[in-house]
Amino acid sequence: MYVAVKGGERAIDNAHAWLAEERRGDVNVSELTLPQIREQMTLAVHRVMAEGSLYDPDLAALAIKQSRGDLIEAIFLIRAYRTTLPRIGYSDPVDTGKMTCDRRISATFKDAPGGQVLGPTFDYTHRLLDFKLAADGEVPTANHAIPQTADMPRITDFLNKDDLIQTEVPSDETPPDMTREPMEYPANRALRLQTLTRGDEGFVLGMAYSTQRGYGRNHPFVGELRIGTISVEMEIAELGFSIEIGEITLTECETVNQFTGSKSEPPQFTRGYGLVFGQLERKAISMALVDRALRWQELGEDNLGAPAQDEEFVLSHSDNIQATGFLEHIKLPHYVDFQSELELVRKLRCEAQAAAHKEAAE
Amino acid sequence: MSTTSLQGGFDTPPKQSALAFRAALSTMARPGNIETLSGGNAPTPVSEAAATLLLTLCDQETPIYLAPSHDRPALREWIAFHIGAPFVAASSALFALGTWDTLQLTEFPTGTPEYPDRSTTLIVELETLTTTGPRLTGPGIKDHAYLSLPDVAAFQQNNALFPMGLDFYFTAGVQLAALPRSTKVEAN
Amino acid sequence: MSDYNFAYLDEQTKRMIRRAILKGVAIPGYQVPFASREMPMPYGWGTGGVQVTAACLTPDDTLKVIDQGADDTTNAVSIRKFFENTADVAVTGQTSEASIIQTRHRIPEHPLTEDQILVYQVPIPEPLRFLEPRETETRKMHALEEYGLMHVKLYEDIARHGHIATAYAYPVKVEDRYVMDPSPIPKFDNPKLESPAIQLFGAGREQRIYAVPPFTKVVSLDFEDHPFEPARAEHECDLCGADHTYLDEVIIDDNGGRMFVCSDTDYCETRQSAGHRGKFSPKENAA
Repeated sequence: MYVAVKGGERAIDNAHAWLAEERRGDVNVSELTLPQIREQMTLAVHRVMAEGSLYDPDLAALAIKQSRGDLIEAIFLIRAYRTTLPRIGYSDPVDTGKMTCDRRISATFKDAPGGQVLGPTFDYTHRLLDFKLAADGEVPTANHAIPQTADMPRITDFLNKDDLIQTEVPSDETPPDMTREPMEYPANRALRLQTLTRGDEGFVLGMAYSTQRGYGRNHPFVGELRIGTISVEMEIAELGFSIEIGEITLTECETVNQFTGSKSEPPQFTRGYGLVFGQLERKAISMALVDRALRWQELGEDNLGAPAQDEEFVLSHSDNIQATGFLEHIKLPHYVDFQSELELVRKLRCEAQAAAHKEAAE
Repeated sequence: MSTTSLQGGFDTPPKQSALAFRAALSTMARPGNIETLSGGNAPTPVSEAAATLLLTLCDQETPIYLAPSHDRPALREWIAFHIGAPFVAASSALFALGTWDTLQLTEFPTGTPEYPDRSTTLIVELETLTTTGPRLTGPGIKDHAYLSLPDVAAFQQNNALFPMGLDFYFTAGVQLAALPRSTKVEAN
Repeated sequence: MSDYNFAYLDEQTKRMIRRAILKGVAIPGYQVPFASREMPMPYGWGTGGVQVTAACLTPDDTLKVIDQGADDTTNAVSIRKFFENTADVAVTGQTSEASIIQTRHRIPEHPLTEDQILVYQVPIPEPLRFLEPRETETRKMHALEEYGLMHVKLYEDIARHGHIATAYAYPVKVEDRYVMDPSPIPKFDNPKLESPAIQLFGAGREQRIYAVPPFTKVVSLDFEDHPFEPARAEHECDLCGADHTYLDEVIIDDNGGRMFVCSDTDYCETRQSAGHRGKFSPKENAA
């Protein structure tokens, strides 16, 4: 005897209870605290803040805990929370030249004012599992240098002085905001950069890598990569001046790209730009490469048909929350559509067989 | 700022604006239908229906044009306080408010072939609103309907632009009706 | 959930969505771009429909949510629960009792009335998307009313298969102007797109809202020598005996045995309680 499927609600409640239990894991193992995640899973926290477009390490830590370490799920939690927050105002633009850098390297000059600062990087670690860490995570204190207090000039400014690199014209125009307005193509550079900075790290990395391998090759050097903290200020209309509202960690990358000139531009270097929340240099470098690839039209370069040159392709597929949702929705019931296809295929088969019979008979 | 500019908003915005939107939707989806719309009160000469519609649909993101009939300091203050919409010329307005005689239709954006939605919605204040007058046919109308429109030729010209064109709300006291660009209008 | 606004969305977001809905109604079949928000459920799972419903709901509404025609499918349950929690509205399974119906993939069998709003969840709003992936191109095609590509595609189907090989999300032309994707409803439902109810379509991920006002002309694309035909499985419902409804095929044993039941569970149950019976109906207790 057939009974129509019922009990969806109970199934959902039970699934959620089971999920909560799985998230907690073995109760004999002590529970993770948010400060532990924030302090020891910092780079995961940074990625969640960057792609979640919300700078709040504690909330990012909570999202990581709640999502059992699934970072895209954590980013989703942050995005859904962020969208409910009121817009009280807009900060002043930050000047990354005033950043207090933990790390600052250039691949184009051996040395430059401000110096090369390696900072806390995995770069030259040998990727050997540190079995000591399994038992004991305590570390000796690292050496301390006297922090530099002067502003850290940008490497590309040195090239700029000689007119060897394309000048970026500052603008006070309000940039578009993809979180408040529907996406529209063609997008301007500010909108592209906003999309890329919250885009999926893996996707942006893959796109950047494809340009290096020849799909829209644009010869990048890391002119400068800097990671550090900077204060965020906001002008309070009632006061008539700006006050500091917080401090954030940023990673900025400027690439210097060879450019042989075009009909409209003399030979000079050009730039790609990446800026992300947190310490995420893979993302910042990737972003700079993709930014540069997307500028082909503005710089009068040829469209090579490379995926990374295709603005609509790159921008409309970079968001992992959109991508995950749509990808996974195919596990929802589709039996109504499937039934209509089933009927169609049966009909077509039936007719094809009848035609074959007729042919054989003739 | 005068006292009146601080009054006349919604007491319970989420619920009142939801009910008001449904009236706005119902009239736009059924040209010729007249609904009651109340709850908002703006300085003279704005009708209750028009004030309620402004509170429901407009905010900082919707530039408003006030026709000479309605461009008064008290109303500007009221809109600034309750809605926050910027005041603009007709050519860049998303919404416009005024009497039929003072609204110059040719000045408003009617959208583009790619984006016909980028056009102005006009709120036209009338003395009275009845289901008599020019004959209406088109989407939202079962056979035909009648509405006391202030003109015929202007709406025919507007319909000829379809899918571009302007959309209209008509208000009189607490009454609301609408005429989208898709409606065909004939003199009755 | 009480910390959130009525129907979850903040008022400014609702106004933005409401303006888009009104433009959609004024330009039937045209896809209005809107700044879709991130919702607390995944993109592709009805975020567009949920935003449209949230913008329309009043405290006086009675809401029905269906997925595949059924009120009890998990995603329908989840969305209904979301609105019960955030808007405290009455809910129902009965089509005739609902003032707003949010649906995925079906139009209810019970005829809708002028007092109802049907909100569709739409995955890909652009009917030309599978012929031309670029938004910049399809937008031009709509602007120029250049739908030749769509007719070519349908005609190629006929040349190859003898039929138009589109069984769901079958394209329609609205009021002789815009070609529109009716969302992935089976083409059986297409004739019901001409309705006294207001029909609103929300695509969250793709940031589009569109509408079909009541009594709007909606024509399924076809050719004179190959007229459109709505299709259903040629069976009767095995529970209520209906021979005019869209049916689900259910496999009931390991030997390929199957039965057909109405996909619209409310319609089927209403018929059963009115005494209609099908082949697999339980035997009545002799009173």
